[in-house]
Amino acid sequence: MKLIEAREVTKVYSLGDIDVRALEKVSVTIEKGEFLSIMGPSGSGKSTFMNIIGCLDKPTDGQYLLEGVDVGSLSRDDLAAIRNQKIGFVFQGFNLLPRTSALENVELPLLYNSVPVKEREERAVRALKIVGLEGRGRHHPNQLSGGQQQRVAIARAIVNDAPIILADEPTGNLDTKTSQEIMELFQKLNSDSAITVILVTHEADIATYSRRVIRFLDGHLVSDEQQGSRGEPLNPSVRG
Amino acid sequence: MIDIPWTTRIALRALRVNKMRSALTMLGIIIGVGAVIAMLAVGTGASRQIAEQISSMGSNLLIVMPGSVTSGGLRMGFGSQSTLTLDDADAILRECPAVQDVAPSLGGAAQVVYGNLNWSTNVQGTTSGILVVRDWAIAQGRPMTDEDIRSSAKVALLGQTVVENLFGGINPLDQMIRIKKIPFKVVGVLDSKGQSVMGQDQDDVIYVPVTTAQKKLFGTAFPGMVRNITVKARSMDDLDPAEKQIKELLRQRHRISARQDEDFSIRNLTQMMQVTEQSTKVMTLLLGAIASVSLLVGGIGIMNIMLVSVTERTREIGIRMAIGAKTWDIRLQFIMEAIILSLIGGSIGIIVGFSSSEVISMVAGWRTIVSLPSALIAFVFSGMVGIFFGFYPAHKASLLNPIDALRYE
Repeated sequence: MKLIEAREVTKVYSLGDIDVRALEKVSVTIEKGEFLSIMGPSGSGKSTFMNIIGCLDKPTDGQYLLEGVDVGSLSRDDLAAIRNQKIGFVFQGFNLLPRTSALENVELPLLYNSVPVKEREERAVRALKIVGLEGRGRHHPNQLSGGQQQRVAIARAIVNDAPIILADEPTGNLDTKTSQEIMELFQKLNSDSAITVILVTHEADIATYSRRVIRFLDGHLVSDEQQGSRGEPLNPSVRG
Repeated sequence: MIDIPWTTRIALRALRVNKMRSALTMLGIIIGVGAVIAMLAVGTGASRQIAEQISSMGSNLLIVMPGSVTSGGLRMGFGSQSTLTLDDADAILRECPAVQDVAPSLGGAAQVVYGNLNWSTNVQGTTSGILVVRDWAIAQGRPMTDEDIRSSAKVALLGQTVVENLFGGINPLDQMIRIKKIPFKVVGVLDSKGQSVMGQDQDDVIYVPVTTAQKKLFGTAFPGMVRNITVKARSMDDLDPAEKQIKELLRQRHRISARQDEDFSIRNLTQMMQVTEQSTKVMTLLLGAIASVSLLVGGIGIMNIMLVSVTERTREIGIRMAIGAKTWDIRLQFIMEAIILSLIGGSIGIIVGFSSSEVISMVAGWRTIVSLPSALIAFVFSGMVGIFFGFYPAHKASLLNPIDALRYE
């Protein structure tokens, strides 16, 4: 089954009298296990598309199917449940809760999924270990470097075993070396755990870590290319 | 589904971030709850005191007093002439079915001597009915008997104040005292009753047989005269029938024609006291209501702060929503904060209420009663204030659009 299927997705915002067509009949299919970059200049519609894929927003027209389920017909709370269980968000600004330990930040999605206390802690500890922050669970965000904070955010994204990681400019606030480490972490999660990674970026350099790049311009999908990713040979299964 | 300990911890953490703000918000609730408890304590204390005084006076009482007399076109005031007799009292007891007991009385101030001590007190001649009528018990010795009345025995029942002033530490039973120089034997001591509603010391009294008072102590204008007759009705509901029956009986006995004014009057003491009690209760409610206003204002303070808090934490709300918090998860988080604010405030308010009640009773000398239920009600009420005033901000938070909330700076 296709993991993500957008069928002629259109999004129109009405600002007063003017209708802004942020997305115009975009159709994309993403298979399980892909590592994909969404590129485009600001205002191109890539953020709108990401919000729809991330179930933060609903299309005005067209259909968005996540694991075969039409998301457009779901309620606010149903969408929250999907975000909780299917999608792990990683943001440019990390978006960790301040004054809350790394461990508790990672536990947050489990809390909203009613996971019992003990299991919650075990899974959070395991997720922190996967992102290489073993033993840092008690640290608060302001005691961690940018790269470490982003690792906590990634741990939070994978703790609920979500099949998709949706990363919005994840390296935008990081230096080159740290960016490289974070991207390698995404690659590792993609290859080891078969997590589908969808990356929104405007840096061509960052997009080279993915195996597929789709480009937006003025609300239209303008290109969809497979490529050999950096550090990895071109994955034969998705070459064509 | 929601993890209460965790939510509580999150809420406490959020409140700790702005300690000063949280403390000031709580202060509103503290003052509100404290005021409600203290005011209720003052009111309850006052009505309890009145209730006790009423019951100390005896219940379901009517007092028959001599009325105004018209002599030669001149109308005299109430009590200007005694028209009641011992026989009237006996007749009331005998012939009015609604009456349980009667106690005629005749007396006045008299100097009483024991050994080398003397004391001026209220000496009342009465019958054995007095103890029933006034719900009074004997602490020591025996009550007055019908035989004492018949034989005009020189025996006395002493109130506690008299005992204290005349006897000091000595057992007064079987001692001889002199009232107006006439020797009386102390046969009994009454229980303590304390102050009356009017503030009189009810224990400063000596009861002697009414016949003895008539013949030896006070003298009478005509044989068998008494000053007034206290009547106890069988029950609260019998008060009105009793009044009617007594009125008819006395009109007949005193030969008063239908057009003539009565030469006696009947007062319903219990009713008078109940009016006082009622007005105290109203005062209690009024005090409580005024104090509740401050609790309400405290609640509005909570709402205000919660609204500010929601705005400040828009981004946090966005993060939580993106991660999967549902409408109720967000709502509960903020409601929990409001509840914790108001419950902590409520708990401190209870302590403040208790201690200020103590201070009031110490400084003003009023009796205050802090009842556990009133503290409990105030506590629960403050929790409800938290839920009520926390709901709107929490609801507002839960309706935020996650995309906008995430972008909020």
